[in-house]
Amino acid sequence: MSTLRMFRKKPDDLGFFGKLGFYFLLILGALISVFPFYWMFVVGTNDKGAVFHVPPLLTVGDQFFDNFKRVLEKADFFQALGNSLFVSSMVTVSVVFFCTLAGYAFAKYEFPLKNMLFVFVIATLIVPQQLGVLPTYVIMAKLHWIDSYKALIVPAMVNAFGIFWMRQYISSAVPTELIEAGRIDGGGHFRIFWNIAVPVITPAMATLGILNFMTVWNDFFWPLVVLKNKEHYTIQIALQQLFTTRDGLDYGMIMSATFTATLPLLIVFLLFSRWVIAGLTSGAIKS
Amino acid sequence: MAQPVITSPHAESKRPFLTEQRRSRITAYTFISPFFILFSIFGLYPIFFTFYLSFFKWDALNPMKFVGMKNYELVTSDPTFWISFSNTLIMGLMGTLPQVLLALLLAVLLHSGMTKFKKTFRILYFMPNITSIVAVTLVFSTLFGNNGMINWMLNGLGLDSMAFNSGWWGVKIAISTMVMWRWTGYNAIIFLSGLQSIPMDLYESARIDGANRRQQLFSITLPLLKPFIIFVSLQSTIGALQLFTEPYVFLGQAGTGSTRQEGITMVTYLYSEAFRNGFFGTAAATAVLLFLVTILFSILNMLISRGTGGDTGRKKA
Repeated sequence: MSTLRMFRKKPDDLGFFGKLGFYFLLILGALISVFPFYWMFVVGTNDKGAVFHVPPLLTVGDQFFDNFKRVLEKADFFQALGNSLFVSSMVTVSVVFFCTLAGYAFAKYEFPLKNMLFVFVIATLIVPQQLGVLPTYVIMAKLHWIDSYKALIVPAMVNAFGIFWMRQYISSAVPTELIEAGRIDGGGHFRIFWNIAVPVITPAMATLGILNFMTVWNDFFWPLVVLKNKEHYTIQIALQQLFTTRDGLDYGMIMSATFTATLPLLIVFLLFSRWVIAGLTSGAIKS
Repeated sequence: MAQPVITSPHAESKRPFLTEQRRSRITAYTFISPFFILFSIFGLYPIFFTFYLSFFKWDALNPMKFVGMKNYELVTSDPTFWISFSNTLIMGLMGTLPQVLLALLLAVLLHSGMTKFKKTFRILYFMPNITSIVAVTLVFSTLFGNNGMINWMLNGLGLDSMAFNSGWWGVKIAISTMVMWRWTGYNAIIFLSGLQSIPMDLYESARIDGANRRQQLFSITLPLLKPFIIFVSLQSTIGALQLFTEPYVFLGQAGTGSTRQEGITMVTYLYSEAFRNGFFGTAAATAVLLFLVTILFSILNMLISRGTGGDTGRKKA
């Protein structure tokens, strides 16, 4: 049926030129989306003058390793990459675990004040991060967590979006009968969660994990506020530091660094893009 | 069964303290507690403390001194604050409005124009969003340089070069372009998923009733897309008001951070008040003002979104 419908010419079909226009606009949009990535690579692989070449240089050069060598002189690039990897992984593991637990409780348990508490969780989503940033900084100072990864990890260990999203998924994906059956068999609450619910919802957990990993990896404001020592910089701060050198901006060096820093995330995204996009849109639908 | 005499008479008839129901309630509360504990410490408490702090003079080291509304007076009489305020609004408008319209157009194109390559296009359009804002800003700062590619293109079109890194409009155009580049595709994909959730039967029956493409757009597509439009424009508005990284990195070449007037935003103002000048009180007052502005614009946004799109989309059930 549906294939038939596809082939039937619609009364208001666009026609050849209409379609051509559609494709043209879509391809133009895609080119604009992708061009900066290509440009990053072009500048990163060419010599210093390439950025402001007239007409603009659009071919890939062979200076990448020379450029990147200068990155290593200026910054602990791999250290920063490692720091980001560490912080993002810790936060992600924790967020996925705690948000799944909380989402499971909101989806499958009955308890007093449940709806009110859930509304509260959602309401926290609209409060801007900056509103609480000064006292949070003071708390970090009191705890002696300034310039430590704890300041980045601990406050981010669970979040409202994750709870909301896991609840939506668990409500529809985990049959209540399955949980009840587990109870009758005498399983403990956590055991049932771990052995019955978690295997069913792994895709949702993976999506949440990737989305969250990207958010933490790309965060700039909070690490800028709490990190003081060069050795502790995350990759975003390290990249920004490359940009603040006073002795003329070496764009070849900067772009070889941004490219190298972007590549891992890009690869992960391209591998899991289906999940990422699905996760993103299903999060939006219910809002 | 030998029961001790002192046991209260109720106990016998009652079940043990940890009934099945109690046990499952305790489990549920335990499962949700990490959020509430962490949020109380790092969310709720700081929010209230910010309000409190905004009435004190404090440099985060010496004792706090109560000054009443003085911080608010100081902030609102600081011309730089008002520049940051108007910059935020101008760049917010420049970055958000075209972005939402463009995203809508892209989504409609992707949805109706073709079925081939839809997945590929979705990935390509989403790519800007995964890149770090710092990297985006660095890339765009070369494109927007005095002798950069954008000026080269402008010259090619017979236009004058623009001072994108120092001019009043130049800086704003450059920064809103970065914002747009990063978010248009993301929003388009959200709109696309909205479009896909509209049942095709609606269009078929509209067509049978003789509705043309334009009528279909205005009486089916847009009304049913309304929740998505509200979500996207609300998210973009809130994001626009919190603009920080782009101006900070783009204008921060000299290592001074973004205190440059052309691109200073409310959050960069807040940041430099607190972490550069050590005025925590005025920074807290700025945060409160930012919060009020955010609420105001969110409400405004809801009212506008509710007003447009006609009554067709308003669900009666």
